[in-house]
Amino acid sequence: MSESLVSVRDVSKRYVKGKERVEVLHSLDLEVPAGDFLALMGPSGSGKTTLLNLIGGLDTPSSGTISIGGDRIDQMSSAQLARWRARNVGFIFQFYNLLPVLTAQRNVELPLLLTKLGASERKRRALTALKVVGLEDRAKHYPRELSGGQEQRVAIARAFVSDPTLLLADEPTGDLDRETADEVLDLLQILNREHGKTIIMVTHDPRAADHAKRTVHLDKGSLVDQAAA
Amino acid sequence: MNTLHLVRKNLGRKKVRTLFTGLSIVIAFLLFGLLGALRNSFTLGVELAGADRLITVHKVSLVQLLPISYLRNIQSTEGVDKVAHFTWFGGYYQDPKQQFFAAPTDPEMLFEVYSEWKIVDGSLDAWQRNRTGMLIGQSMATINGWKVGDRLPIGSTIYAQSDGNRSWEFTVEAIFSDGADGANEQALYFHYDYFDEARQFGQGQVGWYVTKVADPDTSEEVARAIDIQFANSAAETKTSTEKGWVQGFAQQFGNIGLIVTSILGAVFFTMLLVAGNTMAQSVRERTSELAVLKTLGFSDARVMRMVLYESLMLAVVAGGIGLLLSVVMAGGMRAAVSQFLPGFAINSDTLLTGVGLIILLGLITGLLPALSAMRLNVVTALARR
Repeated sequence: MSESLVSVRDVSKRYVKGKERVEVLHSLDLEVPAGDFLALMGPSGSGKTTLLNLIGGLDTPSSGTISIGGDRIDQMSSAQLARWRARNVGFIFQFYNLLPVLTAQRNVELPLLLTKLGASERKRRALTALKVVGLEDRAKHYPRELSGGQEQRVAIARAFVSDPTLLLADEPTGDLDRETADEVLDLLQILNREHGKTIIMVTHDPRAADHAKRTVHLDKGSLVDQAAA
Repeated sequence: MNTLHLVRKNLGRKKVRTLFTGLSIVIAFLLFGLLGALRNSFTLGVELAGADRLITVHKVSLVQLLPISYLRNIQSTEGVDKVAHFTWFGGYYQDPKQQFFAAPTDPEMLFEVYSEWKIVDGSLDAWQRNRTGMLIGQSMATINGWKVGDRLPIGSTIYAQSDGNRSWEFTVEAIFSDGADGANEQALYFHYDYFDEARQFGQGQVGWYVTKVADPDTSEEVARAIDIQFANSAAETKTSTEKGWVQGFAQQFGNIGLIVTSILGAVFFTMLLVAGNTMAQSVRERTSELAVLKTLGFSDARVMRMVLYESLMLAVVAGGIGLLLSVVMAGGMRAAVSQFLPGFAINSDTLLTGVGLIILLGLITGLLPALSAMRLNVVTALARR
């Protein structure tokens, strides 16, 4: 395995909920090598999504350090994190989160608005990404005209169109039937194996986790074991 | 695709809501433009009033007449250059309800006092020589289709001729332009001597005097000097600058500026509430979408700008249409209302103020939703989904 792309060291995350202080993650350590496909499993409330948000720079740890590709994201400001996310991370959500007012092609093009690429190059890249996910013929369709599986594939195209090193998926098959879920998971495997994307996927589903190279389990904010696929 | 495309698409998300909000902004700025034109027509006279002219009227009221003998006294007052006199005739053509400004005057002095006026058709000399000739303003000629040589019966709501006939026949001998915005061109002048001889009553009296002073800086002193001469007489006078007199005349209708400003203030405030509510609702409805944009790497500032662009685009497009419509409508109405509202037009000041208000409306209505979009916490917003 190559050197760590993601390095989470002694990370804790605490929230204040009313008068109560809740610690969601406790002194957690995690190393994810470049090219890995990691499944993050655990019961509800175990801190999976919190950890994913921290690794994606959507949230900051209460203590500890997080390095992604050598960048200390725990020390970045909100504006720095936004720039960093645009360049380095692609997100895939359970409910796809496509913008309903934009066509599939334009949804995929969204992250490219943050680059200096010209309009025609942005369009070309968006269409290429749609081709990779097998939806080039749905480029002009709006999300409401697509099935759940197709919407998720558009969301995956949006996640990798700007060629980030890291893809973060939060229950990407949670809203799909088994067959469609397998298609989406196969696609993630292709992105991992053929395109070299490092993927961290939160899932409840052991069959989804089987598509990953490695699975780690979280319980009550701590890692309990790690298993290779 | 660019940010503008995204902004436009977001505005089109709830088409009916955007359409109605846009229509209310269109109406508001249409009203703004037309009321601005109304205000202009009331203030135009003040703006055009000469700084070197004084108006002398009866101290009691404008309706009371002054002796023609005052002319010599006023003329001989120190600082006075030229003097003309006028009398309210209550003139109309065919329909007594459609009155216009008509006044007998001294044809030799009119253009001495109003030296900025120019004859554009016919000749001043011909008018001065013809006792039953009349001089009319260019816009009055255009609106009524009158031309030099026309012999017209002009009725009076006040003065009858000695035989009891209220219709006075005059021949158009000349047409003048006021050299400005046409505010003084809805007017008709004829010979005082002919009028004074022929009228049934009021001989030897005039309505008011207009004095041209030699030095505008001495206007106040000359005005005082004129009034002092007639103090304690049967017909005391009140002399003021033309600007002050026009202002006072306009204020008889009420403080038009204040009325218009109050109406527009209420309209603008209502628009703030309507458009502000639309924007706030629109942003609330897509909290998770804004969170997704931030997840993709859109900065807080960029998301804030996008929301501001939306409110600005709505205000600029709808407000712009409203202003444009008001210009078109004011242009169309101008001829029809010029008899009572000369100078009814939207000037550049009104347009600039309108543009400023449109931008202000866009910024204010978008500010709170934009700030809330900027402060939106991605994790909380996504968790709500």
